[in-house]
Amino acid sequence: MELFTNQILAGISTGAIYACMALAVVMIYQAIDHLNFAQGEMAMFSTFISWQMMQWGVPYWVAFVVTLILSFIAGIAIERILFKPLAKAPILTNVAGFIALYSIINSCAGLIWDFTIKQYPTPFGSSPFLGSQLISTHQAGMIGLTLLMLLGLFFFFRYTRMGLAMRAAASVPESARLVGINTSWMIALGWGMAAAIGSVAGMMIAPVVFLEPNMMLGVLIYGFAAAVLGGLTSPFGAVIGGFLVGIFENLVGTYIPGVGNELKLPIALALIITVLVVKPAGLFGRPIVKRV
Amino acid sequence: MTAMLNVKDLRAYYGQVQALHGLNFSLNEGSLTTLLGANGAGKTTTLRAICNMVRSTGAIEFEGRPLSGRSTENIVRLGIAHVPQGRGTFTAMTVEENLQLGAISRRDGAAIVSDIERMYEHFPVLKQRHTQQAGTLSGGEQQMLAVARALMLRPRLMLLDEPSFGLAPLIVRDLFKILGKINREEKVTILVVEQNAQLALELADQAYVIETGRIVMSGGAKEIANNEDVRKSYLGY
Amino acid sequence: MSAAEEVVTEGQAIEAVPKRAMTMGTGTSLAVLILLIVVPLFVKNFIIFQMTMLLIYGVAVLALNILTGGSGQFSLGQSAFYAIGAYTSAILIEQYNVNYALTLPIAGLLCFAAGFLFGLPALRLSGVYLALATFALATAMPQLLKLGFFEHWTGGVQGLVVDKPDAPFGLPMSQDMWLYYFTLVITIAVYVGSVNLLRSRSGRAFMAIRDNEIAASSMGVNVALYKTLAFGVSAGITGIAGGLGAIAVQFVAPDSYTIQLAISLFLGMVVGGVGWLPGSFIGSAFIIFVPNIAEGISKGLSGAVFGVLLFLVIFLMPHGARQIAIVGQQLAARFRR
Repeated sequence: MELFTNQILAGISTGAIYACMALAVVMIYQAIDHLNFAQGEMAMFSTFISWQMMQWGVPYWVAFVVTLILSFIAGIAIERILFKPLAKAPILTNVAGFIALYSIINSCAGLIWDFTIKQYPTPFGSSPFLGSQLISTHQAGMIGLTLLMLLGLFFFFRYTRMGLAMRAAASVPESARLVGINTSWMIALGWGMAAAIGSVAGMMIAPVVFLEPNMMLGVLIYGFAAAVLGGLTSPFGAVIGGFLVGIFENLVGTYIPGVGNELKLPIALALIITVLVVKPAGLFGRPIVKRV
Repeated sequence: MTAMLNVKDLRAYYGQVQALHGLNFSLNEGSLTTLLGANGAGKTTTLRAICNMVRSTGAIEFEGRPLSGRSTENIVRLGIAHVPQGRGTFTAMTVEENLQLGAISRRDGAAIVSDIERMYEHFPVLKQRHTQQAGTLSGGEQQMLAVARALMLRPRLMLLDEPSFGLAPLIVRDLFKILGKINREEKVTILVVEQNAQLALELADQAYVIETGRIVMSGGAKEIANNEDVRKSYLGY
Repeated sequence: MSAAEEVVTEGQAIEAVPKRAMTMGTGTSLAVLILLIVVPLFVKNFIIFQMTMLLIYGVAVLALNILTGGSGQFSLGQSAFYAIGAYTSAILIEQYNVNYALTLPIAGLLCFAAGFLFGLPALRLSGVYLALATFALATAMPQLLKLGFFEHWTGGVQGLVVDKPDAPFGLPMSQDMWLYYFTLVITIAVYVGSVNLLRSRSGRAFMAIRDNEIAASSMGVNVALYKTLAFGVSAGITGIAGGLGAIAVQFVAPDSYTIQLAISLFLGMVVGGVGWLPGSFIGSAFIIFVPNIAEGISKGLSGAVFGVLLFLVIFLMPHGARQIAIVGQQLAARFRR
């Protein structure tokens, strides 16, 4: 029994990573109605930028904030330059665009910083949290920061004019234009915010998985899975989804024999899909009624 | 009387198909005009063309300013509110959020709040339901909400696309009474596109009839209502 | 967060390609066919090998085109079926001495069954969710192939070596050339079969489902049957391509069939034009040659160059090579006047 509880707790700590990533995924989904495969790479690149700044002697929190701002701007720039021209193209073409973006960012990161693993610092220290062997202070800090972002997003969407406008643009774009909202800019903003949140995810995840260009792929998949599990329309669901995915992953690894690291991913995905077959809109998503 | 909206030689296209074949009409300031026609005649297309929601050629001028080349949202910000077919309600948001969205392009916070109160006076049922999800309102209530949302823009021109669609006759009568009130008291120029010719002609002062993308008749609402052909085709007697 | 339902009027996710535009004109088809038959007689073996791979991947992209462009279902998991087909052929040839030609229909049938079975639970998923499910399948496959349990058949991590067949009846051609023509015949058969399938009642059912599933169902189309059938057919064809691939490359190994392959096939479909069957081969050419070109331009940044080239292609032809074909047709029509 103790092993079980331990695994659950361990799952929650790794789950914090997925929760963070899932928030960024939901953010982008709210803005553009699809998932961006290149988001993980953008987060990775942002993390490398922050690392580079720290190599040059910039203190952690300054690098953190500057990276956040730069990522926001970069997200907007990428959307305006690369994806606005594709706005009228079919969705599948846009997906091909995401794949192209992934390829470009991954390759550039590899060239600039090479593929050797680097240590990435954490501002929270890595001693046991409240004496627990399972959650370190870093993981507690990560969970705390994720929850803070969630709260921030909640207030933004519920109580600000910009948040209301973004929700409107995402839900009924034509009506949004008819009240004077520039829906095209709302998409750009959505990308900017997603890039910023993604950069936070990257900077929180790097201390755990170590910094290298391929660090985000697994995390991104789990992040997608978590977002989908939670219901793509619900930031709250994304965070819960993240924790659940972390727990699933850990339990699968511990209790199903013969499953090494490589099979954990597909099995976790299979479990999530099973949930989706039962609850197609995810745990907290709004059930979608389709009209002809 | 000055022409608030001037439409010259408007041609509109859906892909390769041409839906409007050179419309010419104008709306006088303060008038309440109705555009009548059967299904597929081009009524909705006309409204969409004014707001640049469909590919079109021709000259449209609003208060002397040309509208061509402007995006939909910029046209709206000039003071034209468009209540689309099917209402276009933000179903996932509350009634009050829908009203706030109507005013999202305005900067005068305090006036927005008092305008919302005024909407609740025009439409008491909205006040009752103001924290409810807009998608849970009945058809008639959603139509009221759509009109209220349009009014939140403080528009000088309001375009309505088949507001009577799917509504019970009594509700339509109420709605049209309110539209008349808004036209007279708030001085909003209105263009109503309708299939329900009878009520529309009772409400309006000017009327146009459109058939397969061309205006075939124009004039005062009363004379159109008394016109033999209109009576046979659209009024049923 | 609210619990109210969100009413969605489904816009078209996959654009409909009109039926008669699904192929090329007879004239162009004939010209291409003649080229395909004649060119190998004049080029080196390595080029012949590349042309063979072009056909093989073209068939795999075609399969995806039937699934996505035809029935509107999204799949990032084709590499799994390709792998099953490849391993089936390899195992049958190497361990059971089955004639290589016979392994193909077996691989096809096996993959059809696998695809059909996968399609069943996938019925309740669509769009993003289906993408995730197929993605899971694709990532699982290399790991499953490495499992110790199957090692006796699969050769584990090292995979299996496959013997390339000689030309039959002592025909005076190299192994590569024989394999090329063998592949060409199968490709033509699959292509013609696919065109006929899409023009048939089943094909119309697929397209009805793609365009508007709810409407199709209310018109009596057995949506569940056709969706799973589409998965099955697509998987089966991919399996045949996989089998041919195993023979052509003379080697099967788990890491040859990763999610990278699935993504490449997807890109091939988009570049060729979703739903445009001839485009499958243009897409296939893209995924075979462009990565090499990218590496030639810059070894260190090959991924970035590839991404830039891909962007260029989709900016110029967002609807795929079909756009060029349409422009070509319009020019030709104007020429004739």
